[in-house]
Amino acid sequence: MRRRLQANAVLGAALVGLLLAVIALGFVWTPYDPIAIDLDHPLAAPGLAHWLGTDEFGRDVLSRAMLGARISGAIAAGVVTASVTLGLAIGLAAGFFGRWVDRVIMVLNDAVLAFPGILLALALMAVLGPSYGSLILALSVAYLPSVVRVVRASVLSIREREFVEASRVAGDGRLYTLLRHVLPNALPPVVVLATSLFGWAILAESALSFLGVGVPPPAPTWGNMLSSARPYMERAEWLSIAPGLCIAISLLGVNMLGDALRDWLDPRSET
Amino acid sequence: MLSYVARRLLLALPTLVLVALAVFFLIRLAPGDPALVMLGEGADKAAVADMHRELGLDQPLPAQFLTWAGHVARGDLGRSISSGEPVAALILTRFRLTATVVVIAVTLATFIAVCAGMLAAWRQDTKLDMAIVGASTLVLAIPSFWLALLLLLLFGLKLGWLPFVGYVPFSEAPVQAALFVVLPILTLTVGQSGVLTRMMRSSAIEVMQLEYVTHARAKGLSEAAVLRRHVFPNAFAPTLTLVGLTLGHLLGGIAVIETVFTLPGLGRLMVDSILARDYPVVQGCLLFTAVVYIAVNLVVDLCYPIFDPRVTAS
Repeated sequence: MRRRLQANAVLGAALVGLLLAVIALGFVWTPYDPIAIDLDHPLAAPGLAHWLGTDEFGRDVLSRAMLGARISGAIAAGVVTASVTLGLAIGLAAGFFGRWVDRVIMVLNDAVLAFPGILLALALMAVLGPSYGSLILALSVAYLPSVVRVVRASVLSIREREFVEASRVAGDGRLYTLLRHVLPNALPPVVVLATSLFGWAILAESALSFLGVGVPPPAPTWGNMLSSARPYMERAEWLSIAPGLCIAISLLGVNMLGDALRDWLDPRSET
Repeated sequence: MLSYVARRLLLALPTLVLVALAVFFLIRLAPGDPALVMLGEGADKAAVADMHRELGLDQPLPAQFLTWAGHVARGDLGRSISSGEPVAALILTRFRLTATVVVIAVTLATFIAVCAGMLAAWRQDTKLDMAIVGASTLVLAIPSFWLALLLLLLFGLKLGWLPFVGYVPFSEAPVQAALFVVLPILTLTVGQSGVLTRMMRSSAIEVMQLEYVTHARAKGLSEAAVLRRHVFPNAFAPTLTLVGLTLGHLLGGIAVIETVFTLPGLGRLMVDSILARDYPVVQGCLLFTAVVYIAVNLVVDLCYPIFDPRVTAS
């Protein structure tokens, strides 16, 4: 049990650290210009000149994957920030005020939950048009209900605890009690969820980009790199491997870190 | 039991109404005049006005919604802008393929998850447990469309065992059709078994610590009987909920997997219609998937008391 917690924490932190390091490095150095076209060397196999090969326009795959890490990371960070902030506000309101506020919020929440997240994001992208902002908005809307559910559930149990009662008896205002006593105690499960959300957002963004409704080319993301690699699967299989490996490594790191956080914050829940 | 069923059915109603409202207004928010999409950009004003009248777009929004809802209630989802086919028929044809793939894959994944999860829980903290947990963590990190590409690369291109891409309907060539869905089913099974195994394992661990399991063991029951008769039914209930959620969402279309394998399923229909701005189809697909999701979860909720009779009481 302890051993697994440590393994998850160390390996997860190492992989996430690697991702962050690659993003940071990308700001100061990439082997080539990620969007510079070099028609003399299209579909070059991985080698000394191009470590991960080149794509159909002769663009360096490693440089593109590095820039893709930054774009995916930024979008995922935006989605987590937006959905967690909004989800906290709505979930706190539902759980703390109860009665009709809770009922209205939960019915709306269930209605949004009835759409598969990725399809809802797809439909929203169609309405909003392709851009980074709409991608963040679409994914945040899709993930918001799960944050609301988690926050509400933990507020419902915190509301009954003695220190909340004590704050009420001491004559504190409801808003003060909510922000000073309920909010900090509702945070741990949200931190765990936020970690998973970061992973889901990376996955969903790459899926949308893969389907052609996410980040528009020429800006590279791991998803649209995989999608443009499809016609060249026979001649250049490295194009289908590198971006997928990037997504898988990032997700593995984020998930393991999330598992470690969950075990640490709530040792009773065994997953 | 009957009042439980009635209560669940009633609870689903407001959600359904909200879903219909959301679908209707979401599509109205989309940029571009549907009449111009149908007639082409340079159409003359009179033709556009005629088209508006025909589509009911000259009516106020609440009236439009009521008309639409009335049609939907009778199973009429309108016609596709690009092909002119009735949307409902289009969706049902595509749904058959998606449902086949999804139901087979989720059934297989559930079976794998129950076996692997119970085994891991039974041998908790051994090498076997670590291997099962490790494998499911790894599987969770692999995006389904990448796994699909890799399987296609391996079985379609390198080994040449299975057809590369394409699809023929079952009615025309059953064997060929079956070969085309092998890889999509495999992709989906692998992906889903990861989440479900973790769920099954953690609930089995929880159940195994309960006193009645100790009692069953003390009674001298064999380990197999303890697992099968006492651990499984109680540990399976939470996994079943997850299976329902998964099934509900996947039946709405496995867009990325269908894209990789060029399968004409529901997810692909939705993506294609979004790219073609064929709004009646997008609207129909969204509504259909939400209704399927609500229905599947309703069925799962109704199955819950079979595994856990305490549910009806509360």
